[in-house]
Amino acid sequence: MAETLLSVEHLSTVFSLRGRSLFAPNVDLKAVSDVSFHLEKGETLGIVGESGCGKSTLGRSILRLIEPTEGRVVWQERSLTDLSDAEMRKARRDLSIIFQDPVASLDPRMNVGQIIAEPLKVAEPALSRKERRQRVEKVMEEVGLAPEMINRYPHEFSGGQAQRIGIARAIVTEPKLIVCDEPVSALDVSIQAQIVNLLKALKERMGLTLIFISHDLSVVRLVSDRILVLYLGRVVEIGPRREVFTNPGHPYTRALLAAAPIPDPKIARSREKTPLKGDPPSPIDPPSGCAFRTRCPIARDVCAEERPPLAEIGAGHRAACLFWEEVRSDPAVAG
Amino acid sequence: MSDTTTPLLALSDYAIRFSTPDGTVKAVNGLDLSVGRGETVAVVGESGSGKSQTFNGVFGLLAGNAETAGEARFEGRDLLKLSPRELDAVRGADMAMVFQDPMTALNPAMKIKHQLSETLKVHKGLKRREAEAQALAMLKKVGIPEAERRIEQYPHQLSGGMRQRVVIAMALLCRPKLIVADEPTTALDVTIQAQILDLFRDLTSDAGTALVLITHDLGVVAGVADKVVVMYAGRIVEEAPVEALFTRPAMPYTAALIRSIPRVDRDAEAVEPIGGRPPDLIHPPAGCPFHPRCRFAEDACRRERPPLAEIEPGRRAACWFPFVDATSATAHGTPSPEALDG
Ligand SMILES: Nc1ncnc2c1ncn2[C@@H]1O[C@H](COP(=O)(O)OP(=O)(O)OP(=O)(O)O)[C@@H](O)[C@H]1O
Ligand SMILES: Nc1ncnc2c1ncn2[C@@H]1O[C@H](COP(=O)(O)OP(=O)(O)OP(=O)(O)O)[C@@H](O)[C@H]1O
Ligand code: SF4
Ligand SMILES: [Mg+2]
Ligand SMILES: [Mg+2]
Repeated sequence: MAETLLSVEHLSTVFSLRGRSLFAPNVDLKAVSDVSFHLEKGETLGIVGESGCGKSTLGRSILRLIEPTEGRVVWQERSLTDLSDAEMRKARRDLSIIFQDPVASLDPRMNVGQIIAEPLKVAEPALSRKERRQRVEKVMEEVGLAPEMINRYPHEFSGGQAQRIGIARAIVTEPKLIVCDEPVSALDVSIQAQIVNLLKALKERMGLTLIFISHDLSVVRLVSDRILVLYLGRVVEIGPRREVFTNPGHPYTRALLAAAPIPDPKIARSREKTPLKGDPPSPIDPPSGCAFRTRCPIARDVCAEERPPLAEIGAGHRAACLFWEEVRSDPAVAG
Repeated sequence: MSDTTTPLLALSDYAIRFSTPDGTVKAVNGLDLSVGRGETVAVVGESGSGKSQTFNGVFGLLAGNAETAGEARFEGRDLLKLSPRELDAVRGADMAMVFQDPMTALNPAMKIKHQLSETLKVHKGLKRREAEAQALAMLKKVGIPEAERRIEQYPHQLSGGMRQRVVIAMALLCRPKLIVADEPTTALDVTIQAQILDLFRDLTSDAGTALVLITHDLGVVAGVADKVVVMYAGRIVEEAPVEALFTRPAMPYTAALIRSIPRVDRDAEAVEPIGGRPPDLIHPPAGCPFHPRCRFAEDACRRERPPLAEIEPGRRAACWFPFVDATSATAHGTPSPEALDG
């Protein structure tokens, strides 16, 4: 049995938004609702869903970059959510994050060496300057940046190179878990492939565990072992990659797969048209019962009444749809 | 005017240069490209390859430091020689552009109904009532739910996908013969992207509108285009019917681009990146612009630039050693996972 590194238990994150006028009450926006899952060492969990469904908020809440409102995050048998600030800072060296916009996430006034060294100063304050520099040069090499670039500034780099700097910064403390929040979405396709391959290679080499957030299902299929599908802040499906992609149990997962472009004219033109209509509803006032029912092609009256439980539909595979068997009895959408 | 032999849009020996303090950016070079009536042409290529500027030039939307050369004929008239007023007339009525960010085309302080009816009043001389009625009908046609309510709203009250539909409705109002859409779905979710692409497909087939779809996403291209044009360093390096391009790419860059994209319908352990970086357009490499990144490059490639030549009817490629059949393109295409970098 593999070692469980991380357990997320009933995690919720609520943002309180100011009312529309001075006297209007504040309204709650539940960006993440009652999310639970666990991660084993060396695993990559892909998190997918439409814009605004809570992917980034979930990723950041796990690392306590945003304070979750309810629930627990258990990291190697310790509850992160109960740690003091000082203890949390120590735990941080094991937990890292990579952001979407490579250039914007790097401080323009710092050179590459300073940017990469920053987390080391916090995690290992005892290191001498020389030792720090050696560590920085080592990770630069690891991510394919020439060590001569150490004194250059972020604006001198292309998007792909800037993302390598972001990755170097994320791995310099030798973390165990990295949350990758849309790490390749801002990059050109050919560069995306370089960065995806780099992350996969580092994962193997360093035994990393990854949470890989992306709205691009094809990238997620390439990197993940398991997939978590979010809709309006809730898990609607979670399971092994192959199962989720070829035998989904939730109509939302199915619709996402049907909408994803396929670079093959024959297949692209013979597929069913996307059954998904309209935009996701507002997370401030989510629909009753199953939150997906307003866009669901197979919704019934009962879907408005109760929220479907995240039920076991296969080995390690769960879906929150009362009619998951019906969803599955249709021919599979993807290969 | 409905001459079927002249293409709707024909660029020939078309070029765009930008003067900058560092030198002249050769953004678009010696382009020959035609778009037929009702045809959907996809233009693909990496960031900076000249996709947007090519069509910004056609619409007279280039920055002040730009200079154009060659010809850009729309129904036989060279757009590059028109006065700003003449160009304005063609632009509103016969051809329209849709951008990635719908807010570039929308006035944030104006209700949807006024933005849409304005176009009709200016270009078709319609009265307010009639213009608003047509605007509403068009909003329904592009699939805006509760169009009667939405038409009274301001852009910020709509979602991104709905705003893009409004812009498409605006582009379609004057029944143009050509729409150029520059990354129209890049900022949208896949679910909304699929809706917008369905919309383009229906509209082009119903109204016989020609569509130029500029995109970096080959997946989008596969589902929508009739013909695909691949650009590299400001040049067309391959042009082919969509099916042939994907199954039998002729030019190494096209083949590499296709191999570099992960697929949602397949399990794979790695993708094959294109090593290196796109060339500097101030000092482009001699010979084939792709040669520094090409694994098949030989001396000839470094010495002389291959012309865009017809390799079979309806297909053109700029390569000294084009793949002549499917087998050679894929035989070289064994993915190498350890090709980490480049
Ligand atoms: N600091 C904040 N204050 C208020 N609301 C917020 C805040 N951050 C996020 N939200 C809201 O929470 C919801 C989830 O946002 P989040 O950024 O997590 O989504 P996402 O899935 O990462 O979307 P995207 O794909 O666009 O990055 C959205 O409705 C968003 O508007
Ligand atoms: N005003 C300008 N001055 C100098 N160079 C410019 C100017 N506008 C564009 N360029 C350059 O022209 C080249 C072509 O740009 P273009 O916008 O057509 O690229 P693109 O293929 O549309 O890329 P993307 O996918 O990033 O939109 C780029 O190298 C760009 O830097
Ligand atoms: S001309 Fe040469 S360098 Fe250019 S693509 Fe063909 S083989 Fe490669
Ligand atoms: Mg996000
Ligand atoms: Mg562009």
